[in-house]
Amino acid sequence: MSDATADPRFKRTAPKRPMKLSWSDERVRAIFWQVLVVGILVAIVWWLVTNTQRNLEIRRIATGWGFLQREAGLPIAEHMIDYSPTDNYLRALMVGVLNTLKVAIVGIILATILGTLIGIARLSKNWLVSKIAGIYVEVIRDLPLLLQLLFWYTILQGLPGPRQAINPIDGVFLSNRGLLLPWIQWEGAHTAALLAALVGFVLTWMYSDLMRAKQMEDGQPRRIWPIGILLIIGGPIAVWALLGAPFTPDVPALRGFNFRGGLVMSPEYFALLVGLVTYTSGFIAEIVRAGIQSVHSGQWEAAQALGLKPGVVLKQIVLPQALRVIVPPMTSQYLNITKNSSLAVAIGYQDIVSIANTTLNQTGQAIEGIAIIMAVYLSISLSISLFMNWYNSKIALVER
Amino acid sequence: MASDTTLTPVSIPVPPEPRRAPISVVGPIAWVRANLFSGWLSTAITLALGYLIIRWAIGFIDWAFINAIWSVPNNQTQACRDARGVGACWAVVTEKHRFILFGTYPYEEHWRPALACVIFVGLYIVSAMRRFWRKELALIWIAALTAIGVLMWGGILGMPFVAQERWGGLPITLILSTFGLAFAFPLAILVALGRRSKMPAIKAICVLYVELIRGVPLISLLFMASVMFPLFLPEGMNIDKLLRAQIAIILFAGAYLAEVVRAGLQALPKGQYEAADALGLSYWHKTGFIILPQALRMVIPPLVNTFIGFFKDTSLVLIIGIFDLLTAGKTAIVEPAWQGFGVEVYITIGLIYFCFCFAMSKYSQSLEAELNQHRRR
Repeated sequence: MSDATADPRFKRTAPKRPMKLSWSDERVRAIFWQVLVVGILVAIVWWLVTNTQRNLEIRRIATGWGFLQREAGLPIAEHMIDYSPTDNYLRALMVGVLNTLKVAIVGIILATILGTLIGIARLSKNWLVSKIAGIYVEVIRDLPLLLQLLFWYTILQGLPGPRQAINPIDGVFLSNRGLLLPWIQWEGAHTAALLAALVGFVLTWMYSDLMRAKQMEDGQPRRIWPIGILLIIGGPIAVWALLGAPFTPDVPALRGFNFRGGLVMSPEYFALLVGLVTYTSGFIAEIVRAGIQSVHSGQWEAAQALGLKPGVVLKQIVLPQALRVIVPPMTSQYLNITKNSSLAVAIGYQDIVSIANTTLNQTGQAIEGIAIIMAVYLSISLSISLFMNWYNSKIALVER
Repeated sequence: MASDTTLTPVSIPVPPEPRRAPISVVGPIAWVRANLFSGWLSTAITLALGYLIIRWAIGFIDWAFINAIWSVPNNQTQACRDARGVGACWAVVTEKHRFILFGTYPYEEHWRPALACVIFVGLYIVSAMRRFWRKELALIWIAALTAIGVLMWGGILGMPFVAQERWGGLPITLILSTFGLAFAFPLAILVALGRRSKMPAIKAICVLYVELIRGVPLISLLFMASVMFPLFLPEGMNIDKLLRAQIAIILFAGAYLAEVVRAGLQALPKGQYEAADALGLSYWHKTGFIILPQALRMVIPPLVNTFIGFFKDTSLVLIIGIFDLLTAGKTAIVEPAWQGFGVEVYITIGLIYFCFCFAMSKYSQSLEAELNQHRRR
């Protein structure tokens, strides 16, 4: 706002006038309006709170968080941590939060990949490819997500049973029990390898920062990728081998009327994931396309004229500029995936909304139930925003 | 120089007929070569995609038209069940279309919700035309919404009264989105202005409202409306479920629209504010006559995109059991005779949603091009 007066030479403060208690004084009016609005708001809230207290008394509902320790008795089909219906509500809600995160994180990753591909396809020189991508984006974005979810869920339910499951590749089964994929028996060594990869990623990052600083000093470009590959891929493999290299494939197989083993995606989870990913990828595609188009073609030409290789042009010239346009709207798409995953309740995937809803129906703790849902989403939204804002400030144009 | 040429007359050669550009540069063949077969990779992709599309299109036409069953006599769905997987059963749509469109509204009175839908569409078309962008448009809206209320409720002019619980289908979707926008829009303008206000208390309230609403999913607000709202009201006072959902949608839409409007307020050059101040206009005169007309005009395309979002989002009321278009469709296939024909029903409902959203989206694009014309030159 005050950029015109940023220079101290031009800074002039208005002479302080004594405050008069008169309607023509702007400050008096400002105080009056604020007091009025806050007063009305407080009155409304107070009215709602007293009503609520009276209603709760009449209905004999005790408020408080004591119900969290009670036995939940609600069965949850998919749980990432150990859970049985005899556990308490707190644990049930934790399972719900994890289920929400499971679908949101996987959804964000897949939607980003698919959306980027479609966004690039829309800019393809091949007419057929760009037309198909365009139609996909238009159709997907003009249909309600809930309708798409119900549609996918209906299709999945209409699939043949386990005995006639669709078996496109060995070990992959698609039936009305969901999607089954071959997996490995997870052991401690795998977790250790995963952690090693994470450590390797952080180290590579630090290494590349260091090398960039050195390049700034002497102008010599340095190779980062050999060390990076060693750290990110070599390290985990070494850790895994040191711990005895356990590898037991876990391929799903038909036993009786159902499958055993493998990585199971329930129809609910699968339908939700497919719906969320296809829906959001339509929006991400448009963001990516706009981002790429925002980079002026002169930038490409100038970089080529300097004799840079196409890969370098893309990485050093075009992407940094495109990302500045892409990241802010991408943040809101990630937030949308997370919030939209709450539609799970419509197709029976037990995310936090579904479990909190069951909880509030069973216990009658409506206020606490809604508060839990809102608190969970607010904290997830806040974390994603904080992370993306940090990332955005990192790639933002440094202006002097 | 000129005199030189007059001395030695030169026979000016007749310019030859302009030759047509070679066929490899212009014309359909050249277009196909440039856009479909420009390289071996492009050729391979075109051929593979072309094959897939043709195969898929043949399969779809077989399923949707050739092998489809369009109607069955009195709920005898055996023919449909026999055609499962080979042909679509549009009979479910033929049989249930009145229910999907109008829900449980009394059958003989279906012309009333139908007329209401026509009025809604007319209202949208009128609002979309730039020549109607005047103050009188507000009057048209009030008149149209009143007429719709009279049609739906009835109770006068010889139309029997129909309670709100019996409304359903497309009119509910249109009511929720239209009334939602009609009320959310003024709210959004106030909140956007409040967020840019210099008064700290008002600014804080607006920021809190916008960020809180945008941080939670619509479902949680709808749940709040359906289970918590009754607790808020004094004993004996009861608000209809539809109205409660409507309030939740208004509050939700208000926060999102406020951000769009705020973007417009921010994009307006500072000189406009300063010029208005220099003329000595009061805050409301400045806002009403100088700022808002320009700021709103600037954000019409994103506003329309937000509208499309809400139009789709009204379908979420399914989760709290309000009978909108999607709920009606879902309920239509609950009956045992019609179970398992969800895909056909969802495709039909999808087409209805698509028509509305596609029209809005095309309109927004053309408007954007029109409003940006001065920037192109």
